[in-house]
Amino acid sequence: MAKIKTLADLKKMKNDLQSKVNIRERADHPDSYVQIKVGMATSGIASGAKEVMDFLIEALEKRNIDAVVTQVGDMGYCFAEPTIEVHKPGENPIVFGYVDVKKADEIIEKYIKNGELVEGIIPENYQNIDK
Amino acid sequence: MAKYKMHLLVCGGTGCKASSSDLIVENLNKELETKGLQDEVQVVVTGCFGFCEKGPIVKVMPDNTFYTEVKPEDAKEIIEEHIIKGRKVERLLYVDTNTKKHVENSKEMGFYKKQIRIALRNCGFIDPENIEEYIAREGYLALGNALAEMTPMDVINEIKLSGLRGRGGGGFPTGLKWEFASKNEADQKYVVCNADEGDPGAFMDRSILEGDPHAVLEAMAICGYSMGADKGLIYIRAEYPLAIKRLKIALEQAREYGMLGEKIFGTDFNFDIEMRYGAGAFVCGEETALIHSMEGERGEPTIKPPYPAESGYLGKPTNVNNVETFANIPVILNKGANWFNKIGTEKSKGTKVFALAGKINNVGLIEVPMGTTLREVIFEIGGGIKDGKKFKAVQTGGPSGGCLTEKHLDTPIDFDNLISVGSMMGSGGMIVMDEDDCMVSVAKFYLEFTVEESCGKCSPCRIGNKRLYELLERITQGKAVMEDLDRLKNMCNVIKETSLCGLGQTSPNPILSTLDNFYDEYVAHIVDKKCPAGVCKDLMRYEIITENCVGCTACARVCPVGAISGERKEPHFIDVNTCIKCGACIEKCKFDAIIIK
Repeated sequence: MAKIKTLADLKKMKNDLQSKVNIRERADHPDSYVQIKVGMATSGIASGAKEVMDFLIEALEKRNIDAVVTQVGDMGYCFAEPTIEVHKPGENPIVFGYVDVKKADEIIEKYIKNGELVEGIIPENYQNIDK
Repeated sequence: MAKYKMHLLVCGGTGCKASSSDLIVENLNKELETKGLQDEVQVVVTGCFGFCEKGPIVKVMPDNTFYTEVKPEDAKEIIEEHIIKGRKVERLLYVDTNTKKHVENSKEMGFYKKQIRIALRNCGFIDPENIEEYIAREGYLALGNALAEMTPMDVINEIKLSGLRGRGGGGFPTGLKWEFASKNEADQKYVVCNADEGDPGAFMDRSILEGDPHAVLEAMAICGYSMGADKGLIYIRAEYPLAIKRLKIALEQAREYGMLGEKIFGTDFNFDIEMRYGAGAFVCGEETALIHSMEGERGEPTIKPPYPAESGYLGKPTNVNNVETFANIPVILNKGANWFNKIGTEKSKGTKVFALAGKINNVGLIEVPMGTTLREVIFEIGGGIKDGKKFKAVQTGGPSGGCLTEKHLDTPIDFDNLISVGSMMGSGGMIVMDEDDCMVSVAKFYLEFTVEESCGKCSPCRIGNKRLYELLERITQGKAVMEDLDRLKNMCNVIKETSLCGLGQTSPNPILSTLDNFYDEYVAHIVDKKCPAGVCKDLMRYEIITENCVGCTACARVCPVGAISGERKEPHFIDVNTCIKCGACIEKCKFDAIIIK
């Protein structure tokens, strides 16, 4: 018997399968999503960046926030690890330091959802060469 | 279910597979398992990324890292450095040909910047052997919506409104073709997919079938619904084994999921597809010849009318479309004709896939909006000419097209513009030539191809093309006279006007366009007995400059036919009658003592 019998079946299946290719879909148009970069160098990993990244991915998914979470190398703020950079569409990226799971939760709830700034922002102290 | 954080997309197209991309996949999976990451990182085998020049390709998502020329032994470094430590493996990143810098994000690559991917939307993005990935990308939604909400005529009108024209070469409006087939009443009708891609250097259809087979199946079913056909046939050359394998998998999955078969989506619409294999004859790309080949007859064309829409396969109304044309259909229905017809030029809507080949830096497959100029395609996307040489010509349209030059570079590419400058769109082959290419030899190459591929049914094509080839041969041998150029031109025109099918009607185009644009080069061969590009061996002579030769004997030792003689420490000589002009002596000589005259 065919697995899809009606158009509704297909649409449901598409929604269920969507998450399988989400990573790729969003990476194709990263500017339209919240982009979060997690510093995953040795110092970051040692201070728990991996747990933070896992948490971010799961929490964002559960709270229905479309985001791209990527790991990057050392951001240079080893004193403040784990550090994450949050880039909301159309806004300047902001770097947060000392991000543990609790802090990550706060960043999602306050900054990403409502645009409220939370403590722990590391001011930009460099310029990119391609700027 | 495993929750993947990263996807590693590995190209599984024919090109990258030939450079052991299978082994890369195996090694990546092995490494992931050793590191316990198999539930966090998913390895996906995809279709062609188009960037075949630098294959095999591995793309890391979501950070859009694009690794080129990856070897199986690089798998360990990619996992250990990039995946675990978050450091990109710099030596594998693409190096921009202009800035000489590593490009970290594929979005920044000149090759992809100007492209809009409609027909290739899923190539290099999904696993072609998994229908679920296609469904996740709105797969079969167009078919479902068409069956539920549109009448067959609605579908045809939408395709007509989109302005889509046949991508196989002719550029005939697709919606109109569907309408003809729908209006002819019969107990049985057929939808045929022409996957007999024959132009030298063209591989867009193969890549679509290898990278996104379901798109073609879905489009064929939509076409079947619009014209009232319940049977589809894919005519594909047996020399495309990977495309055939993936089509077969796709057919099975589509049946299993109910996208093909009886009562599709619970409606009264039935549709199924069978495969037919061709032996790779160029003429079978012509729709009547293709149909005869499928019927088990000789692959020879017949005069139109009757068109296949009236009397095609087994005498029944048949609609034949090319692979790329079909690949556009689901997107047009999903996004709407009015979205599609805003892309492109006034009379050529949408995009076109081109296979870039020849003396160009980025050999590969690209898809650009109609109206993009040749300059943008060759110099921006294609990265310019190899080894910093000078651009000379670009051949479009394969054996039916022509050579365009510098002065045509700013022509926006569409069906009508290319014809007006003496070439044609064809199926989308684009072969770039530099200063080292001899245009007479290029014309001769294409004629050699048509002579071989002519089916022999009509005399102008069978005999005429052979004569054209012989004339070109005489020119490249330095045996021709100026009157031969008039003969050549006359005969070209006669063949064009009197041949039975598209093959003969277009086969003289490579000669006519090179005569137009490179007349001086023909004259140089005939009057000066010289090949300006130094390609035609019969017009070359190797000579040793006595003053430069120190008598080291290196050339005499390397000469495969013993044409070089001379005493040690004395100047040597080349016997021009024995010399086969292989160039081995020039390569060996350290004193620049050997020249080509």
